[in-house]
Amino acid sequence: MNRNGPLALIFHVLFLGFLLAPILIVCAVAFTSQGYLSLPTEGLSLRWFRAIGDNPEFIRAFKDSLLLGAVSSTLAILVAVPAALAIARHQFFGREAIQALFLSPLMVPHIVLGIAFLRFFTMIGLGGTFAGLVLSHVIIILPFALRLILAASTGMDRAVENAAASLGASSWTCFRRVTLPLILPGVASGWVLAFINSFDEVTMTVFIASPETTTLPVRLFLYIQDNIDPLVAAVSAVLIFLTVAAMLVLDRVYGLERLLVGKGRD
Amino acid sequence: MSMAASTESQVQANAPATAPPPRRPRRWPWTPYLLSAPGLALFAVLLLVPLVMTFLLSLNSFSFYGGIENVWQIGNYADIIADSYFHEVFLRTFRIAAVVTLLCALFGAPEAYILRRMKSPWRGLCLLIVLGPLLISVVSRTLGWALLFGSTGLVNQGLMGLGLIATPIEFMYTETGVIIALTHVLVPFMVLSVWASLQRLDPQVENAALSLGAGPLTVMRRVVLPQIVPGILSGSIIVFALAASAFATPAIIGGRRLKVAATLAYDEFLNTLNWPLGATVAVLLLIANVVIIVGCNRLVERRYKQVFE
Repeated sequence: MNRNGPLALIFHVLFLGFLLAPILIVCAVAFTSQGYLSLPTEGLSLRWFRAIGDNPEFIRAFKDSLLLGAVSSTLAILVAVPAALAIARHQFFGREAIQALFLSPLMVPHIVLGIAFLRFFTMIGLGGTFAGLVLSHVIIILPFALRLILAASTGMDRAVENAAASLGASSWTCFRRVTLPLILPGVASGWVLAFINSFDEVTMTVFIASPETTTLPVRLFLYIQDNIDPLVAAVSAVLIFLTVAAMLVLDRVYGLERLLVGKGRD
Repeated sequence: MSMAASTESQVQANAPATAPPPRRPRRWPWTPYLLSAPGLALFAVLLLVPLVMTFLLSLNSFSFYGGIENVWQIGNYADIIADSYFHEVFLRTFRIAAVVTLLCALFGAPEAYILRRMKSPWRGLCLLIVLGPLLISVVSRTLGWALLFGSTGLVNQGLMGLGLIATPIEFMYTETGVIIALTHVLVPFMVLSVWASLQRLDPQVENAALSLGAGPLTVMRRVVLPQIVPGILSGSIIVFALAASAFATPAIIGGRRLKVAATLAYDEFLNTLNWPLGATVAVLLLIANVVIIVGCNRLVERRYKQVFE
């Protein structure tokens, strides 16, 4: 009974086909030798990948996306680690409310956040700036980082810390030499998940990005709204290749299931 | 929310498990507040203030010549409630979200079950294929559907080749197209959710039922299904909320003709420049989202309390 029957396997193959089809077609169309959208039936060509080089705005958006992801996930971690330690190991008044507040961006549609930030940043003079993008991204990726760090710091054994303290370690030494190394896997995976979420975000960013400071998904989205050509397929294909490579590394190092299913999440 | 609640129960479950410290270390009662202060300050300034400002903006009025006027009134809400155009958009949004949720449950739950019964090397690989798309940009994935539906017309060629349809179906700029693409974008969340609830199901329980003479259908209905229903329900809440507020996919597949709430708010903000009306749509979407998520989570947790413990 603990094996899949033929019907189940057929369903499974169709399901995987459904999931893979749009991703594969983007990669296939990117290799076309024609000047219009078509499958590469006339032979493979790299002309559209070379064409990316002639469109520096895509390259600049890609660099901005990487920088934005790195800066905002690092900031999110710096805020999330102390908050997670407070929530995981202290009983205090308002603890549940604070945790709910930190997780609340998961419940707010990104379109609403985009509108809210557009209004707010225009008012305080941060409209269309990189700083504005960073601050807004910190808010939306913090819950992802916090959840993984919470799971790590909830599960750790506190006897080691007490031992360090009783041997005369100051609380900072204790944190740096004992606590941090113990929760480091959670912190690292929290950073990665935060980075991915920042890098892929489009709905909120489309409101607050400016033509000068924008991210790759936003650039792609705005381009697709006007016209779809093999160039966007090539840019998307590069994105897909990079994501798959990162995913394989992540799966080897940490386990994709652990990262996405998490420990403290049902 | 369920995840908050489960972390909660873990904390409490862990407390007695770890040996109590011999002597409570000296701590100021405000340590936890100091630790969460940077986050609290950040969230107060950057989340609560902008959201409150959006709400206030939705009360302002707008005219094409005078721009935004700083008056307080509920005219925008009255407009939306009275206008059949807005009814149609909101109705379409929730109809699409409901169908997408249903399709995700219908396909995602069996897939999670099949995945769990696979053997080791295959299981990891297939899980990677199912969960991987979550990490690929929504724009790239939706572009794939635009290519399949429109330019190359592969879907229609395939369906006609199989003799399933006689004339091509219109997918671009239709609800059908948006529903298919959104199901593709969101079904991994359903698989994840059901997968998590399957982790708690001991395969030996199924074997026990079989050895006691239950048929495969009975095992499915009486043993497996009751265990994964909470997973399907919490997955449905996630999928429904994300589908109702989805933006990039309906914007690309639905275009400007087929509007949903999110693309309507976008157009009011960036094209018509009627910010107060856009803010009103956003506020309504936010309220609907929070009510659905919190309300359904309460229901699910109360109904299936014994499974969550």
